Parts: sequence; C-alpha cells; structure tokens
Amino acid sequence: MRAFTYQRVSTPAEAAQAAARNPGSRFIGGGTNLLDLMKLEIETPTHLIDVNHLGLNKIEPTQEGGLRIGAQVLNVDLASDARIRRDYAVLSRALLAGASAQLRNKATTAGNLLQRTRCPYFYDTAQPCNKRVPGSGCSAIGGYTRNHAIVGHSEACIATHPSDMAVAMQLLDAGVETVKPDGSTRVIPIADFYRLPGNTPHIETNLAAGELITAVTLPRPLGGRHFYRKVRDRASYAFALVSVAAVVLPDGSGRVALGGVAHKPWRVPGADSSMAGGANAVVERLLAGAKPTADNAFKVTLVQRTLESVLAEAKKG
Amino acid sequence: MDDPIETNIARRNVLKTGALAATAATVPFGAAAQTPPAGSKAAAAAPAGAPVSSKVTLRVNGKQHALDLDTRTSLLDVLREHLHLTGTKKGCDQGQCGACTVIVDGRRINSCLSLAIMHDGDEITTIEGLGTPGKMHPMQAAFVKHDGYQCGYCTPGQICSAVSVIDEIRSGIPSHVTADLNQKPLLSIDEIRERMSGNICRCGAYSNIVDAITEVAAATGGKA
Repeated sequence: MRAFTYQRVSTPAEAAQAAARNPGSRFIGGGTNLLDLMKLEIETPTHLIDVNHLGLNKIEPTQEGGLRIGAQVLNVDLASDARIRRDYAVLSRALLAGASAQLRNKATTAGNLLQRTRCPYFYDTAQPCNKRVPGSGCSAIGGYTRNHAIVGHSEACIATHPSDMAVAMQLLDAGVETVKPDGSTRVIPIADFYRLPGNTPHIETNLAAGELITAVTLPRPLGGRHFYRKVRDRASYAFALVSVAAVVLPDGSGRVALGGVAHKPWRVPGADSSMAGGANAVVERLLAGAKPTADNAFKVTLVQRTLESVLAEAKKG
Repeated sequence: MDDPIETNIARRNVLKTGALAATAATVPFGAAAQTPPAGSKAAAAAPAGAPVSSKVTLRVNGKQHALDLDTRTSLLDVLREHLHLTGTKKGCDQGQCGACTVIVDGRRINSCLSLAIMHDGDEITTIEGLGTPGKMHPMQAAFVKHDGYQCGYCTPGQICSAVSVIDEIRSGIPSHVTADLNQKPLLSIDEIRERMSGNICRCGAYSNIVDAITEVAAATGGKA
C-alpha cells in the first residue's frame, strides 16, 4: 500500500473543500472496498479524508413522504430499519443479499453506491485494463467472461457493477444528494448517476471532482410486492451472476431492474410497461441490443427465467 | 493473557520472526520517526510517498493503548503485531475469509479491511477478550465440546462471529433467509448458516460449528 496522509473532517462542506485542496485524495467511509484496492495499489490515494463523523448517519422522513438516508448510514442499519423493511422491502432484500454480515456492519450507503467492479482483470495489476489504466486495453475481451456484462458495454470495457443495493435504488428512483467544494448542493437522479463505459470506463459516475455524497433520497413508497432475486454460484456471500429487482402492483403492473448484466444497475423505463405481457416481453426490451459472449450468453436465459419466477411468485399473492 | 500450551508459544515465536521479516520488506524504515499531527488537522507536508504516522488510542478488551502508527496499519495488524494479540488471525487479508473477525462497539467486522487510525476511542473485543483458557466464554466452551474446528485457524473469527450472530438475531436484524422482514428473525439453523457465511472453514467443520452455536443459543434463552 502506498503511504498517505489522513484527515478527519466534521462537515460535508469541509470534506469537499479538503478534496479540492488535495488532488489525489479520496473520501473514506467504511473502507471495505477502498482498502482492499489500496492494498493491491489499484487505488493509490495520497490523502484520505475520513467522512465518518459528519452526522450523516440518520434516516429521516422527507416532506414528499419518502425517506432521506444519510450517506454514512451503515448497510446493516439501512437493511434493518423498520420503515425500509415495510415500505421499501426490495432495498432491504438487496442489501441482505450482498456481502457478509461483517461487511454490512462497516459498509456505508454512499460507499456501496461507489464500490468498484470485481472484474478479475481490473484486479490483476499484471494485465492491461482500461478502467485501471486508461488506454491500456481490455484483458477481459477475449478472456474469461462468464461474469461480465451482456448489455451496454463497449470495446473498452465489459465489466459489471457489483452492487446489489444500487439495483434496488435504481428501481426505486432514488436521488443522490451531494455537496461540491464550492458549497453548492444538488440532487442527481440515480438514472443519471452512473455512466456506461464508452471510451472512458475509468469514469464511473457523473460526480464532479471533490463532490461528496451526503444522502440518498427515496420517493414515496410504491406499495405492491417487492422482490430481489439474486442468482449466484453460492447460496450466500457471492456476487450476482444476475439479479432481478421488481415491484409488482396488484393490477400486474410494476417495474424491473437488473444487476450483474451491465456497467451500471440496469433499467429500461420502457420495459416496465410490458409487465402485463409477461417476462419474455419485459426481457425483450430490457436486453434489447444485448451482446453476450460465448461464456456469458447463459445470462440472457437466466434473466428471463429469474424474472419469470418472480412474476409467478407475485401472482401467487 | 494466558498462554495455554507451550508448543503454541514456540510456534508463535517462529511465526513472529516471519511476520517481522515480512513487515520489513513492505514498510520502509523510518516510519516511526515521522510524526505529523493527527486527528482534525491534515498531516504536515512530507516528501511525496514517505510513510506517515498518526496517534490513536484504542480500547482493546477493556485496556487502553496509546499508539503511534503508520497510517496504513490495519486494525488486524495493530492487534497482532503491535499489541501481540495473536488470537485474531490473518487469512486472506481481503475480507473474504472472516479469520480476522473482531467485535467493534458491539458489531463484528473484518479487522483486515479497517484502518487502525479510524478506530480512535472505539471499544474492540478480540477472542482474548471473550474468555481465557481458565474461564472460557460459553461459545468457546461449546466449540470445544462440539469439536467445532480441525486446524483451528479460522476458530477465533468463527467464535467472534458466532457470539455476534446470536446478538444480531436477538436484536431483530434480518438476514437473507428471513422469510418475513416484518417479523423478528428466528434462531434457526438456516439463519445461523446464512449469518455465518462470512467465515470460511477450509477444514469443513461447519456442521459442528452450527451445533455449537445452536447449543449456546438454546442455553442462553433462545430457541434453536
């Protein structure tokens, strides 16, 4: 691990200013992903800004009838919150399907959104990777791609986003509240938060330099039945091959988002209107233009069958 | 700390020599000589890439330790290499195996994926703080009784996790296998297995580990 200086800050504005003053700095929350990457020198910050003491660890009601989740709310506390369990069960389920209890006890809401891909070629510093070293090439393309993206990827990168929580946030139309070094704040709709890889897979979100996530907001509860169905190689503690997040309303309408298939949590708004037509109709639109490899073509079928299973369960009432 | 068995002491000394050699290879010398201010102020300008140290106070098993640490030191390494609490084990060092599990402010975490300097003032409990060979924690006694290990390397992490699992279920924290999110989770075998998935045992003592946890849960008032 490279040496770094360390700073504790006490307000979000102070954190963003510290980031602007120290090029090469990173915010650290739970650190469960960042430290792992620092040990491998994939992340090499020269300065760490500890954002665990900003008072951003509360979940509060919003005026619009939703919830505001502080950026530092731990994954365990978010999954366990009675309001989340009752009104946003898909989010609780997604969180509980991810990582281990030890990691959920440390990982934060903002950190979970910003965790990086687990593409093995990104992790292997002996091999080229456009996400790790821009312009160096993609070792995954032509490599072993069973876990890689089937839709929305580019010639530069076929990595997937690893988060379960972010898939539920995408489904729920969450908003990402931030503060910039100049003190200005904004809300980024989650649909505009993540980027497709294109030619710049190293730029994963639309956050500006030094911009700090302060909260994630949820709109009013949707009602209906909530599902997060994750398919993986082990029954627990593994990343998704594919995952399906869905809310199904009593009239059969609803919405669907996918994990494990793209560079970001995958949702195609137009696909939701096909819910009444069944899983095939939805998947046709969700995965339109999909370009799987020979190794991961099974994911197309797996998405279809997983959604089929979710819709069948929803019908059982 | 009681050292239970003499052969263990010998083995530890051998390991310690190896660990120091490894430290020397990865952490440049002179780390201790640099002491920029810690805490709220940014560290003073040091030559780019030079090691930086920072002061921190850790409370481990009820005892306070004032330390001056390289900022890179993980909680795991400070426990093992600085405080010589070698019960906590280094397995994968990347959060996958759970051998380094300790309890911080009542919650289990992977100590390998946490910086020591970020635990200023935190209450840390390691396997040494749960019980001693002469006065074992009920979970330690149950692991012995049910043979919940073979080589024993993952055991301290398994036991710290197991103690936390019972607390987590009792405090109503749901899991992936909790059928109804709006009900209190059950102290069932399925729940225990799911909640222990962050602790790997390569010897495969899982069924005995579940037996040990089940017995402690039942003996301390829960239903298993």
